[in-house]
Amino acid sequence: MDTVKKIFNKSSILVPLVAIVLGLIVGAIAMLAGGYNPILAYTSLLDKLFSTPYNVGEAIRAITPLIFTGLAVSFAFRTGLFNIGVEGQFVMGMTGATIIGVLLDLPWYIHAPLAVITGAVFGGLWASIAGYLKAKRGVNEVISSIMLNWIALFLSNFIVAKFLVEKGQQKSMPIHDSAMVKIDWLIKLMDNARMHWGTLIAIVCVIVFYIVLWRTKQGYELRAVGHNPDAALYAGMNVNVTMVKSMFISGVFAGLGGVFEILGVFGNQTVMASSPGYGFDGIAVALLGGNTPIGVLLGAALFGGLSYGSAGMSFGAGVPPEVVRIVIGAVIFFVASHGLVKWFLKPFLNKRASKRKEAA
Amino acid sequence: MDRSLTAVQLKGITKRFPGLVANDSINFELKKGEIHALLGENGAGKSTLMNILFGLYQPDEGEIWINGQQTVIDGASRAIELGIGMVHQHFKLVQPFTVAENIVLGNEPVKGLKIDYKLANEKVRSISERYGLKVDPQARIKDITVGMQQRVEILKTLYRGAEIVIFDEPTAVLTVQEIEELIEIIRNLAAEGKSIIIITHKLKEVMALADSVTVIRRGKVIKTVTTDETNEQQLAELMVGRDVSFEVKKTKREPGEVVLSVDSLQMKGEQGKNALNGVSFNIRSGEILGIAGVDGNGQSELIYAITGMKKVDSGSVKLNGRDLTNHSPRDVSIAGVGHIPEDRHKHGLVLDFSLSENMILNTYFEPEFGRSLFIDYKAMDMLSDKLVTEFDVRSSGIQTHARALSGGNQQKAIIARELNKDPDLLIAVQPTRGLDIGAIEYVHKRLVQARNEGKAILLVSFELDELYALSDRIGVMYEGKLMGEVDAEQRDDQQLGLMMAGNKQAAEGRG
Repeated sequence: MDTVKKIFNKSSILVPLVAIVLGLIVGAIAMLAGGYNPILAYTSLLDKLFSTPYNVGEAIRAITPLIFTGLAVSFAFRTGLFNIGVEGQFVMGMTGATIIGVLLDLPWYIHAPLAVITGAVFGGLWASIAGYLKAKRGVNEVISSIMLNWIALFLSNFIVAKFLVEKGQQKSMPIHDSAMVKIDWLIKLMDNARMHWGTLIAIVCVIVFYIVLWRTKQGYELRAVGHNPDAALYAGMNVNVTMVKSMFISGVFAGLGGVFEILGVFGNQTVMASSPGYGFDGIAVALLGGNTPIGVLLGAALFGGLSYGSAGMSFGAGVPPEVVRIVIGAVIFFVASHGLVKWFLKPFLNKRASKRKEAA
Repeated sequence: MDRSLTAVQLKGITKRFPGLVANDSINFELKKGEIHALLGENGAGKSTLMNILFGLYQPDEGEIWINGQQTVIDGASRAIELGIGMVHQHFKLVQPFTVAENIVLGNEPVKGLKIDYKLANEKVRSISERYGLKVDPQARIKDITVGMQQRVEILKTLYRGAEIVIFDEPTAVLTVQEIEELIEIIRNLAAEGKSIIIITHKLKEVMALADSVTVIRRGKVIKTVTTDETNEQQLAELMVGRDVSFEVKKTKREPGEVVLSVDSLQMKGEQGKNALNGVSFNIRSGEILGIAGVDGNGQSELIYAITGMKKVDSGSVKLNGRDLTNHSPRDVSIAGVGHIPEDRHKHGLVLDFSLSENMILNTYFEPEFGRSLFIDYKAMDMLSDKLVTEFDVRSSGIQTHARALSGGNQQKAIIARELNKDPDLLIAVQPTRGLDIGAIEYVHKRLVQARNEGKAILLVSFELDELYALSDRIGVMYEGKLMGEVDAEQRDDQQLGLMMAGNKQAAEGRG
């Protein structure tokens, strides 16, 4: 019960909520300025999200990778590291899964798990490079992981184009069915929305995130290093090893996100002109969620929901998707500027406090 | 000079912060040419009051009168205009600049578009000579001693025409000799007609230096007395609000077996110079070895070497005969070394962890907190409850963040954690820094108790009183070496001071 209280204390839930409302208002102003009807736009957004089983399913599909990347960013952040390389780790996860899925031919109960694990480990190892460089050489993980993003993108493209390519196409050969993790009965139920087991794994990861950080000795170490590396060192913890471990786990989350995009959704990997962007969105999700597991889940739902629903806004109210990005941007802006929202809330909170005083 | 004139008069000053009255209708009077000490424990409201006088805070109620005129001081620049100067505890100097450059900064004499350095140097030299400060205007700040840097701060206020000088804890960073010189300088200033306020919690200096003293406790003025009509004991009781015993009860005790043996340690420092230059000593069980010395003479490196935080280049560290040279901090801790670090916020605690979580910071991996991968939080909380009771750590519960505890209670928590490991060797670095008298008493009591229980204790401190009160032997460190040892029972400040300044004869004279 205490932990629930910890997660949902008043300001931790109030500030994001108010931030979202402020963001929506700014978005409405932007739409009004552009000559669109914001009320119609927002209703068509909701309509798009909840109207048909297909849309609900597809929204969940869009939310799933954001849960993974949001967890990845948050996890590293809890250890005092800013893993901006989630994008690259995501791509490496995709590639790992594709390699196993295309090249091997195994019974499903081995093939699918193997592909998932390989992708996860690819992501983890990719992140560990930045962690190792930081621990051993003091290289700032922000710089190194940004660079690793580019390397991951082009390395993946190279692997796909050289070893896995389908003749005459800009994409890999299809993943063998034995490696796919689609949920067929649910797909039917949701009118062919692309449902897969990754969503369930994402929820499991939310729980794992919490257990690892707040229930295990390893997590105690990770958090100690995150809060105060000097004190951790004095207490005899191996700060460097802890950093690498943290990056590895973070990368595993990111890699899993990529894995399920391949094995659950697309069934092949394209040669990408630019990276898919889920990793960068994960930073925003982590921020929205205050780096807590439940927060990430909710943040991903909001972020993914808005992105997916934006198609409805363009269709129903003629609002261009760019304006939707403005809304999302405004929400993140207000969440990031806690101070601004608190300042906005202050007169209300003070009034309430003084009323309470008068009552007493 | 005419002492009947009043330089500063504060009438009924009240300053409230959310949840706390820092100053509660304070009346304070500083006469011209007087040295007036403002005495109180940490958090008593001394600094708030002086920040109001220096224009950094605005009082909620009350009046400020300067030289018989009521004034509003709405900023430091207004305070400077009124002739008020402040020498801060932490100096605000530009390290690569010269003394003169620092002093004229913001108020430079100019010739055309250029700064007139010649005139600046001359001006600084003349003020320096007038007050007997002996500062070289052309020396660079980074090359001069802390004592000299403080004089530069004093010069800065004088250069800006200060008639009223506020000193904030001026002796905290000085050696014995430097303190004596500072006292001389402050007397000179007063003799020249400057009015002086000294913020301090050190009783001895108040008695040695001040004409009168105002004691503040919990934001209220308790009493203003002249130093002729009071004594240290009375001041301490006024300051704390109850009887205080300075005496640490310590019985003579025959030390036992050698616990820690350090042999010719060498460690490179940051600028290629040896930070440790062949340090050797032993500590026996039931013995406190105090380490005296001016900050930066290798004390920190010595602690790093023993605790495994930094690798030594040569020499050895043995605990109970077992070699621990260059072992990891965890090995050293498990082998039986407890450590109360100097900077409790940076090294001693994880401030954003709960008090309970902090209690297992260096033992969380032990099986008593869970045999599996998981932490047994129940065991942790049980231990914390026990320690909090035993060591009287006051907080609003063991789930409170360590950040919310007062300094004294944070230190008690660290001591509880370290003693609970039942170490053979306890290292305590500046264990009472920034604590008030009550907490200091407690920490001293616990250290002596640990010694009586047969632990070996290495105490590093810059407070000579503390070293004398607790130590059985005192070693003096200078430039990475032990200059020699003195017997703690024969107190000789003069000699100890000379040894701290690197005077070889003093060390040898001791024989």
